[in-house]
Amino acid sequence: MDDLIAKYKGKKGNMIPLLQGTQSIYGYIPREAFEKLAAETGLELSDMYGVATFYAQFRLNPVGKHIIKVCHGTACHVQNAKAVTDSLKEALKVSDGETTEDGLFTLESVACLGCCSLAPVMMIGEETYGKLTGTEAVKIIKNIKIRESN
Amino acid sequence: MEKTKVIVGLGSCGIAAGAAKVYNKIKALQEAENLDFELKKTSCIGMCYREPLVEILDESGSYLYGDLDEEKIIEVIDKHIGQHSPVKEYVVHTDLYETVDTTFTKDQVKIALRNCGYIDPESIEEYEARDGYRALKKIAGQRMSRLDVIQSVLSSGLRGRGGGGFPTGLKWKFANNNKANEKYIICNADEGDPGAFMDRSLLEGDPHAVLEGMIIGAYAIEATGGVIYCRAEYPLAIKRLNIAIEQARKKGYLGKGILGMDDFDFDIYIKEGAGAFVCGEETALIASVEGQRGMPRKRPPFPAASGLWKKPTNINNVETFANIPWIILNGAEEYAKYGTEKSKGTKVFALAGKIKRSGLVEVPMGMSIRDVIFKLGGGIKNDKKFKAVQMGGPSGGCIPEYLADTIVDYDSVNATGAIMGSGGMVVMDETTCMVDVAKFFLEFTQKESCGKCTFCRVGTKRMLEILQRITEGKGEEGDLDKLEELSYQIKDNSLCGLGQTAPNPVLTTIRYFRDEYEAHIRDKKCPALVCTALLTYTVDPDKCTGCTVCAKNCPVDAIEGDRKQPHFIKQDVCIKCGMCYSKCKFDAIILS
Repeated sequence: MDDLIAKYKGKKGNMIPLLQGTQSIYGYIPREAFEKLAAETGLELSDMYGVATFYAQFRLNPVGKHIIKVCHGTACHVQNAKAVTDSLKEALKVSDGETTEDGLFTLESVACLGCCSLAPVMMIGEETYGKLTGTEAVKIIKNIKIRESN
Repeated sequence: MEKTKVIVGLGSCGIAAGAAKVYNKIKALQEAENLDFELKKTSCIGMCYREPLVEILDESGSYLYGDLDEEKIIEVIDKHIGQHSPVKEYVVHTDLYETVDTTFTKDQVKIALRNCGYIDPESIEEYEARDGYRALKKIAGQRMSRLDVIQSVLSSGLRGRGGGGFPTGLKWKFANNNKANEKYIICNADEGDPGAFMDRSLLEGDPHAVLEGMIIGAYAIEATGGVIYCRAEYPLAIKRLNIAIEQARKKGYLGKGILGMDDFDFDIYIKEGAGAFVCGEETALIASVEGQRGMPRKRPPFPAASGLWKKPTNINNVETFANIPWIILNGAEEYAKYGTEKSKGTKVFALAGKIKRSGLVEVPMGMSIRDVIFKLGGGIKNDKKFKAVQMGGPSGGCIPEYLADTIVDYDSVNATGAIMGSGGMVVMDETTCMVDVAKFFLEFTQKESCGKCTFCRVGTKRMLEILQRITEGKGEEGDLDKLEELSYQIKDNSLCGLGQTAPNPVLTTIRYFRDEYEAHIRDKKCPALVCTALLTYTVDPDKCTGCTVCAKNCPVDAIEGDRKQPHFIKQDVCIKCGMCYSKCKFDAIILS
């Protein structure tokens, strides 16, 4: 985090980039990281928590290696995005927002990924998968699992 | 003779459909067989429903191939490049003859999207080759005054394309009137409307057009700094914007003394949004750029007087900026030739939902919604019945089929109770439940309310609770009156656009689909067969073969019956998950 702090320390409007940078290091923002930021940049702890809990992007708990973002935008909703989420919930045995026991996947419903023409859509890492059904979504997860175990 | 070009569409939608694989395959083929053509990249041309797309340009003309995969591209390269014989069955568009998709492109006029799908978005030279930065050079060359530039935008009639529809020239004039040593211009690229993707496509396909629009805006209002506030969910757009900014700096379009104008220093940086729909609201967006919670504040003072860091600030949306260079270069009159009396120019629409051809189209204002959906969009998927189109996202509303001849301009769309918004059109057919759609939008705005105003924070929650009850079969007489009353109170007592418009999807669906609400409340039925709690699954004994598949798959053992005998569903046990319905191979499960 030292490079990150050096880059943004003292700059105005630095709170969100600092939190974003911290999250990209750890995958979430640990309590200790908040404390380090507070001590070294002079930002108030309460302000940082206020911001971190306001925006959808920030996480305060560890996440799985792969974050599955299932789009629930309007186009996906009317084309049964719910079925995709339901199948994944069942296959991964987690609820929305939770991480699998093996720490491999976190399942998340998100607002809109802007790939409406391919609805329903999910995104894992930087990869987007379109025109899904529940069965196909589960197949994609299984393939990642197989790749991970090799 | 120019070298044959093979151009692959690598926008997000294309990549998601497999375009990167197709690109790599072409590259491999080219290297393996030493084929003589130039392999290039571009972004989305709007025909998302045919992705992956590859254009082949040879001496006879341009051929756009669609629905490709690694197998088909081998055939296309082999026949088109190897034997000079285009594979007609895969061609989705060409100027040489008509294809089934000709009507998708026919009535479009591309101004904002003029370069999308035509240039490599990562090459400033390709942008320049299509008149890029010529508007800026015109300003510098003719020493156009700031007021002349503003007058041009005013006369063009351009209105904000992000939702509000405020005249852009007027906004610039206000910002110009306020003098300060520091001023800012912000591009709102936080496209949070579910169902809209025009900004994403523009940023990915033609980032320089947005930059050039911003630079011209900065000149007009004397801005010293520029910020692009872009969604973190759009990594490709951010990547391409960064490349474009770097290129523009190197060429002297950004920086000190731009194009020799010694009174014009300006630079742009990108600020990644952190995910909050309310940041589409100007004052909330500014708070977010400053690193705070994105909560709107009371206006006045308006951002034009006191915005980012309390300095005069002007905010426009991506599509608005993309129109600017064209207007400056071709003249306000040219632009104003398109459109209606009060809504000039063209508008980009994102077609999605139950439509045959989902994608991006740009049409002159004044075209009817029906034409957009049926002529360009090809009509309803699986030829089902067209029920409604949702316009304007969570701030908008549902326009029913019988109003489909409404034309697309700000005032006509507003008159239906919906809004133009950023231009998302989500098409709905007979299998969409309008109560469910209203509930969907309320869930969204309820979650996204920043919480500052009680009416928005608590009011939307109460509305959502009522809607939830209705979709669960627990609706009561008087619920609709309650919903309407709450709606007007939330609209009247909220500080910002989010609260003021949040009830619109509910109000329009009550206005146009009251019978559907009543069916839920009085008859406990969901006519579109969507609301799970109101459905009944039964077995058609004539069709049931007794194969036992349904019983085996039922998660709660609600299905009984002997082998090879008709089964039945115990209604008191059934959780209405629909598993039997999806597993039955004999269509023996009846849904009512």
